[in-house]
Amino acid sequence: MSLRDGPLSDIKPPLTWLAVAALVVAVVVALGLFVAGRRADSHGPLTTTRRSVENALGGASGVLSTPIRWLADASDAGRAYILASSQNRQLHRDLAAAQTWRDQAIALREENARLRALLGVRTDPPIPMVGARTVLDARGPFANTRIADAGSDRGVVEGNPVLGEHGLVGRVTGVAPQVSRIMLLTDVESRTPVLVARTNGRAILTGDGGATPKLEYLRTHDALREGDRILTSGDGGVLPRGLPVGVAVKGLDGGWRVALDADASPIDFVRILLFSDFSQLVAPKALAPAVLPPTATGAPAEAPTLAAVAPSHQVAVPKAATPAKAP
Amino acid sequence: MARVTVQSPNPLNWLVTPALFCASAALVLALPVKVFGLQAPEPVFAMAPAFAWAVIRPSMLPPFALIGLGLFQDILWGGPLGLWPLSLLAVFGLAFSVRRVLTGEGFWALSAWYGALCALGFAVALLLTTLAAGQVPNLVGVLLQYVVTLPLFPLSWLLVERFEDADVRFH
Repeated sequence: MSLRDGPLSDIKPPLTWLAVAALVVAVVVALGLFVAGRRADSHGPLTTTRRSVENALGGASGVLSTPIRWLADASDAGRAYILASSQNRQLHRDLAAAQTWRDQAIALREENARLRALLGVRTDPPIPMVGARTVLDARGPFANTRIADAGSDRGVVEGNPVLGEHGLVGRVTGVAPQVSRIMLLTDVESRTPVLVARTNGRAILTGDGGATPKLEYLRTHDALREGDRILTSGDGGVLPRGLPVGVAVKGLDGGWRVALDADASPIDFVRILLFSDFSQLVAPKALAPAVLPPTATGAPAEAPTLAAVAPSHQVAVPKAATPAKAP
Repeated sequence: MARVTVQSPNPLNWLVTPALFCASAALVLALPVKVFGLQAPEPVFAMAPAFAWAVIRPSMLPPFALIGLGLFQDILWGGPLGLWPLSLLAVFGLAFSVRRVLTGEGFWALSAWYGALCALGFAVALLLTTLAAGQVPNLVGVLLQYVVTLPLFPLSWLLVERFEDADVRFH
């Protein structure tokens, strides 16, 4: 006997009120998730569940995108065939310009090596990297992120910088075994310490969901100019210094923005630098002064020498990254 | 006394299938593929069922289906958890509160309501993102995403047309 045929058949539940109650409960649950999600640590159940779903999504999108990639490759091949002649002329011009730069680069490299040897400058070890393909892409104003098909299985950890073909793309904000979430520089939550190459001025590159992130907290003695190169400053030790970011442009709102180098080419393939935070590289004990400074009331003691505070006089200078693993 | 048998529409048809369609469409459009150098737009597919489910019938299921859809969208796009569930529930809640006005309306009147309620949903998302990130998202980008979400109204209309009259209790 079903419920409808029984003695409860005359009871008419107030469906509208039940629906309203369900709506209220759902809103409370969603609000709770919003608040809890902001405070979740990287090993909590919310984050772990999220990474598991991302792992599955990464696998599914890899399969889904295969036929679409074939179509895109075919269209690119057709376009390249049609434009072959003009591309050839352009490549000849680019090659001629690049040869001039090559000669200058060789001369500068030799001079640089000589000066480093003279000063006893210590370079950072090369940063290993892994290649990855991006399999999902969020482009809206509320989130600019990508999922790349390289995860903790290949040594990727949260915070690793990500490079495209021409420059910095963003950094890793979440890692699952086989995929990692990349927050792009344009994401509304992205903040990146940068410097102006010409003036050595500092700024914070702040994403807002648009194509050109803003330069905020700009500190520079010389005024910024259109076309100034913007690089990562390495401040805070999260990113290595000197990664290309883009060029300064004046925004429609009158503020300074950055046209990203990474936009010059598709970022289907990325390089994830397995860069460790400087705070992990440096031994804290080596930075602590061996001799404490004198107290104000006591007899003057011998001040700590520079050698005691910084045992090595060598200066760390970043060096070009080299690939560690093939994609 | 003659007993009238009430035939409720199967939730698989009016709830689960549209939800799966929206999730699949969002996943396909999130693939990083450009065809002829153009990238696909990124509309919020879930806005269509959020509006339609409120018009079709009062039920306890849609709010929880919207939480599921919204969470899927949050994870797919990498936004803060809870952002799209709250936004979709705002659209659903307001549409539900004016359900008596919406039932029986024609295509153009409902499309106007859909546009207005979608604007509310995007406003909620804008507010929550500003709170979470401490930064106002690019308003042009928000407007563009809103504009590409508006043409999804026929999907909403299809659901309303198919299921609004399916349960005589809510006429």
